[in-house]
Amino acid sequence: MDYVKAFLIGGLICAVVQIFMDRTKLMPGRIMVGLVCLGAILGFAGVYQPFIDWAGCGASVPLAGFGNTLYQGVKEAVDSDGLLGLFRGGFEASAAGISGALLFGYAASLIFDPKMKN
Amino acid sequence: MTVKTKEEKYNAYVKQVTPTTNMWLNICKAFLVGGIICTLGQFITNWLKNSGLNQEDTAAWTSLALILLSVILTGLNLYPKIAKFGGAGSLVPITGFANSVVAAAIEFKKEGWVFGVGAKIFTIAGPVILYGIISSWLLGLIYWITQLF
Repeated sequence: MDYVKAFLIGGLICAVVQIFMDRTKLMPGRIMVGLVCLGAILGFAGVYQPFIDWAGCGASVPLAGFGNTLYQGVKEAVDSDGLLGLFRGGFEASAAGISGALLFGYAASLIFDPKMKN
Repeated sequence: MTVKTKEEKYNAYVKQVTPTTNMWLNICKAFLVGGIICTLGQFITNWLKNSGLNQEDTAAWTSLALILLSVILTGLNLYPKIAKFGGAGSLVPITGFANSVVAAAIEFKKEGWVFGVGAKIFTIAGPVILYGIISSWLLGLIYWITQLF
């Protein structure tokens, strides 16, 4: 059942974004920024975390999940550290993902060479 | 020829040469590819959970595993093929974010390790992190204010 939910919800989010992309012709970078901000807003609204608890990776793997992670990190840090938490929480919660992308990305640039476009 | 008719002709020409894509087919492809990537994430998550990891660590390891997979597929020039087929389905998951980080890093290798790779690795990661941090900071500020009362 986990897998069915992940497939259907994850697929559905991607399908909706596809419609949005076809209609607006927005660049991929803008779409990603939009999704992360949307995820943070939905996290703030208290919607996204329950959504992840229900849909699992169908909700957490799309980039909106990253935005939600950022907001949840800030919220937890504010609860424990007050105002200083605003400056700590986002990076604390997203550290693994960001470091991973940068480190693996850098390693890949050492190993692989740019491919010619066909 | 007046400006207006020129413009109309031009627009008609653009419409004619723009490749027509089947919207429904694109949506189905995005659904399929996005769904498969999320299911793969769920598979990793369940496996880690069953081996006794807590919720938070499981989520972090799942992200790292998907990022690593995307990095390898990008390096081998396979992710662009998935992206061409899947459209938003390959863009929306965290693998799409990782792909854009690595693709830029590899692409700008020739411009040097500091201002090539070092700067361009943030081409997409930069805006995503910046606006993610700004929006979560602002929302966190609202949350902080509401906690005062």
